[in-house]
Amino acid sequence: MFDFLEGYDLLAAFWTTVQLALYSAIGSLIWGTILAAMRVSPVPVMRVFGTAYVNLMRNTPLTIVLLFTSLGLNQTLEVDLFGGESDAVNFQLAVLGLTAYTATFVCESLRAGINTVPVGQAEAARALGLSFTQVLFLVVLPQAFRAVIAPLANVLIALTKNTTVAAAISVAEAAALMKEMIEMESHAIFLVFAVFAFGFVALTLPTGLLLGWVAKRAAVKR
Amino acid sequence: MNNLSVLYDTPGPRARRRNVVFTGLFLIVLALVAWWVLQKMADHHQLDAEKWNPFVEDGRVWTEFLLPGLEGTLKAAALSIAIALPLGAALGIGRLSDHAWIRIPVGAVVEFFRAIPVLMLMFFATQAYAEFTDIESDVRPLYAVVTGLVLYNASVIAEIVRAGILSLPRGQTDAAKAIGMRKGQLMTSVLLPQAVTVMLPALVSQLVVIVKDTALGGALLGYEELFFQVRPITANYGANTIATITVVALIYILVNFLLTSFASWLERKMRSRKKGTGAVLSVDQADQLETVGGPSMVTDRQSGHSQGGFSA
Repeated sequence: MFDFLEGYDLLAAFWTTVQLALYSAIGSLIWGTILAAMRVSPVPVMRVFGTAYVNLMRNTPLTIVLLFTSLGLNQTLEVDLFGGESDAVNFQLAVLGLTAYTATFVCESLRAGINTVPVGQAEAARALGLSFTQVLFLVVLPQAFRAVIAPLANVLIALTKNTTVAAAISVAEAAALMKEMIEMESHAIFLVFAVFAFGFVALTLPTGLLLGWVAKRAAVKR
Repeated sequence: MNNLSVLYDTPGPRARRRNVVFTGLFLIVLALVAWWVLQKMADHHQLDAEKWNPFVEDGRVWTEFLLPGLEGTLKAAALSIAIALPLGAALGIGRLSDHAWIRIPVGAVVEFFRAIPVLMLMFFATQAYAEFTDIESDVRPLYAVVTGLVLYNASVIAEIVRAGILSLPRGQTDAAKAIGMRKGQLMTSVLLPQAVTVMLPALVSQLVVIVKDTALGGALLGYEELFFQVRPITANYGANTIATITVVALIYILVNFLLTSFASWLERKMRSRKKGTGAVLSVDQADQLETVGGPSMVTDRQSGHSQGGFSA
């Protein structure tokens, strides 16, 4: 029944998907935190930059962001990041695009998390004479992070699904393989679809359950 | 902590000086990045006037490529929204049904289509239409894009509707039952009207997601929407890739900005009306829908179930 799978490297494709998701997750967590810090900082220029970046990037389709990294950065401006074979470069470009896009959602979740921290916490910290950086990184952000694990889990799940868009810049991940298989094995398209659907359920469901459990344990009880 | 200025004191002379220094440093970094980008662009002749002029001087770029593309984008988005909204509402209410034989299958359908990337649904729909129907191949991309968007977004909207209804105070249901309303009346005259206000922000960010996701059809399925026009434009106007992508991205941003502004205007209007009639809206949870979930994300505390709806 599943003999149509022969000749296709399903695991390699899903492994690429996982790698894309992991690298972009780490990147967007870092960049998103920096953006969130900028958006709440006392320096107006940083606030304006953060707000503008988030609003512009969030309203642009991810497809355009990714194709810009490929057509614009790579092919037109000949930026090839860390270099290597064209497959490796495409992979890096996809991670760059996914990071730039996903960081805005991390930033917004974090900002919402900052809103859940009681005002008294920041006031008490300021009364002790802590500076803005100390208030933010020692008192507010640690609590905010614990409050936003669940929303961040959703961002991670959405990111995992969004990695499929990398197919548009010919990264050999799951969606690209599915497109190929669904065209070649047209007698079994329902089975092909089921296999890939199962793959994504297997990737996203445990992430959601695990991080949901972590979120419950980590939440600050008030 | 809605007023974020609680994070820092009103700046005194030293803090003001420090802020000026930080502003200066940040501007320098920004200027360096901008200079590097512009330098790169100039090196590859992307700043030449002829690459950008067509968008201002040559009306044909607009009448032959961009506007028809925008029309394609809006057509696919409008069709998907028109089908997904009622379908999503029905699924969301179905998931709250008292009958297990409705609740469980609906739940399974919603969870399944939410877990699958919308691009895969589109690929599948394209091939399925080619194999099993006699839809003409020139409209097949539109059908595939709309099918993918509807399946995915209806299930996300279903969750938004469900979370919106669950976020209402229990007393609303109790009171409606106490005055003898039937289930249908309870839903249509008590719960839904209130839930709509609560859901509006999440619902609109989902509409933005739909508009953005149509670009997948242009990049991967050959549906002639706005993004699809990038290649023909660069072919006709001399490899002005960066200029074209910038203009196209700006159009998307503008459309989505209009959508969001309209929604916040509508929301303000609905909220002030609610106050007038004395209806109670649980402000806490309404805010949760807006903020903690972030864009197009609903955190539903009561069921401990949450989901993310942002996509490509």
